[in-house]
Amino acid sequence: MIDEELVQLLTPEGERVSHPDYKSVLSGEEIFGLYRDMAIIRRLCNESTSLQRQGQLALWAPVQGQEAAQIGAGRALAPMDFTFPSYREHGIAWCRGVPPEDMLRVFRAVSNGGWDPQKYRHAVPTIVLGNQALHAVGYAMGIQRDGAEEAAMTFFGDGASSQGDVLESFVWAASFNAPVVFFCQNNQWGISTPSTLQSKVPLYLRARGFGFPGVRVDGNDVLAVYEVTKRALENARVGGGPTLIEAFTYRMGAHTTSDDPTRYRIDAEVEVWKHRDPVERVKALLVREHNMKSAAFDEVGVEADTMALKLREDVLAMGRPDPITMFDNAYAAPHPLIEEGRREMIELGISAGAH
Amino acid sequence: MGPKTMTMAKALNDGLRRAMEKDKKVLLMGEDIGKLGGVFRITDGLQKDFGEDRVIDAPLAESAIVGTAVGLAIRGYRTVCEIQFDGFVYPAFDQIVSQVAKLRKRSEGSYTMGLVIRLPFQGGIGAIEHHSESPEAYFAQTAGLRVVSCSTPNDAYWMIQQAVEHDDPIIFCEPKSRYWEKGEVDLDNPPHGLFDAVVRREGSDVTVIGYGSSVKTILRAAETGAIEGRSLEVIDARSLAPLDLAPMVKSVEKTGRLVVVQEAPHMASMGSEIVAELTERCFYSLRAPGIRVSGYHVPYPPSRIEDEYRPSVDRILDAVDRVMGYES
Repeated sequence: MIDEELVQLLTPEGERVSHPDYKSVLSGEEIFGLYRDMAIIRRLCNESTSLQRQGQLALWAPVQGQEAAQIGAGRALAPMDFTFPSYREHGIAWCRGVPPEDMLRVFRAVSNGGWDPQKYRHAVPTIVLGNQALHAVGYAMGIQRDGAEEAAMTFFGDGASSQGDVLESFVWAASFNAPVVFFCQNNQWGISTPSTLQSKVPLYLRARGFGFPGVRVDGNDVLAVYEVTKRALENARVGGGPTLIEAFTYRMGAHTTSDDPTRYRIDAEVEVWKHRDPVERVKALLVREHNMKSAAFDEVGVEADTMALKLREDVLAMGRPDPITMFDNAYAAPHPLIEEGRREMIELGISAGAH
Repeated sequence: MGPKTMTMAKALNDGLRRAMEKDKKVLLMGEDIGKLGGVFRITDGLQKDFGEDRVIDAPLAESAIVGTAVGLAIRGYRTVCEIQFDGFVYPAFDQIVSQVAKLRKRSEGSYTMGLVIRLPFQGGIGAIEHHSESPEAYFAQTAGLRVVSCSTPNDAYWMIQQAVEHDDPIIFCEPKSRYWEKGEVDLDNPPHGLFDAVVRREGSDVTVIGYGSSVKTILRAAETGAIEGRSLEVIDARSLAPLDLAPMVKSVEKTGRLVVVQEAPHMASMGSEIVAELTERCFYSLRAPGIRVSGYHVPYPPSRIEDEYRPSVDRILDAVDRVMGYES
């Protein structure tokens, strides 16, 4: 990956490289923490794919290949920041403390959200591309009005970067100097649409035209992602305004379990990116620099397996909701059509009503 | 404070002012609403008094006006969005339908989408295209939203305040052709609940239901009809989603005849919904089918000929004659 604009602190071989603007000062223990996060997310993602293949999930959106982008960004957040994800941000949800089983409630088709967004300060997933970028900017405008030292961060992909809402959010963030960080995971593919069709210039350069800085970071380098995101968030919190981060990465798997990437991309491309694996390079660094033994990695593997097993059990325990729950939370205040629907369902014996 | 005579525009302005005084979390956002006071001057003077942080002049992007209001709602603010004209709401349609309407459900009650989207709607001002539309049914059809419309200054003053205080998202339809008509405003007590339909004139022959700009046209028709010996009972629906059916049912059970008036074309409209509901509920009271007096099924016409598009006194009375013509 030869790109002089790309911020990289760790090569695919796990060797440190210096960068004029960014430097990683994380301890071995902290880097091992990032490794653990990534390994667990990868394992949980694989378990979720299996669950879908076994007919236990309606759909799954794999995150494999993007673990460094998400864990690096997720761990750079402060507890009071608020994040606005798309639907593939399982690594971010993990960093925000969302229980893995809650991440799967959407995919188990028992909820349209899955977790309490106010509790975890992590918004419910947004499936319509780019809508959430405006929510993040609005939230950031609220932070400004509260005089708080907090930031909002939103996640979207190269595909969503073509959406009007994302571009409008750039305009607003710039005009109001909103404390927001735009985190674009350029994973090269929007289902079958290559990122080259979304933009004729590198995506991070778009920010310049809107009047704020853009940075392209090696999205498979967790150390670089962490440092770049941390600085952008700190800058936003103290009134420095928005930043666009383009995490240059790759979607190793399918768009979702309904997708077949062999129809539109060649194996050779996937092979190239396999050598840039985000987890392996951190592992190599930990072995080389911190003399980490295989037992430590094995321990994480066992921990991840245990979590995957629990996730499976939790998902299988998620039964079909009582149909009458569809009327819950459609409105805050009483509504005659909601009452009418509930009444009908009870009268027809579809639901006992109480839940 | 007692009653005061003012235009609907001033009543909305005073209502917004009072809502902002009551709750510091209330913000206004829209295009040209600050220094200019909005193209209809509904927000005149509010930025001067409440500051640029609370009365936000927005860049010209409707999806962003609504989308950022969603983010502000998550942060605990209550934003009143001004969409400059009905025909400019469509860029925000995605945010309104996919996000505003659904986020409470999606978050399982964690979010409160307390925001108001003000929409100057309907025609009658001699404008060019996209400035005279009636998109209310698009929103009424969307679960998660509420849609209301004021027809008098008193309602405008109180309904805007009630809408701001309400915890569900509200599409607030303002009949722009009535902005400059005066009426008495009771500054002390709200006349009705936000979602109440109201009988504006009692009568015995035909129930005529409308909302927004149509209410005044119907009242004129009722006066003319009275001269011809027709007794029209006039109901202002006020709330379009949900509909307040009880007073409508009561009226139709009394008159046995129903006419609904709207500027929107009648295909899949509020009028269709009202006729269907009342037919189902008042079947044995009806002595004639309910009839809709609507705009025609064409793009809103050049405004030189809009008076022939919008329901007029004559067309309403013609519909009244038709429902009176059924024997039973």
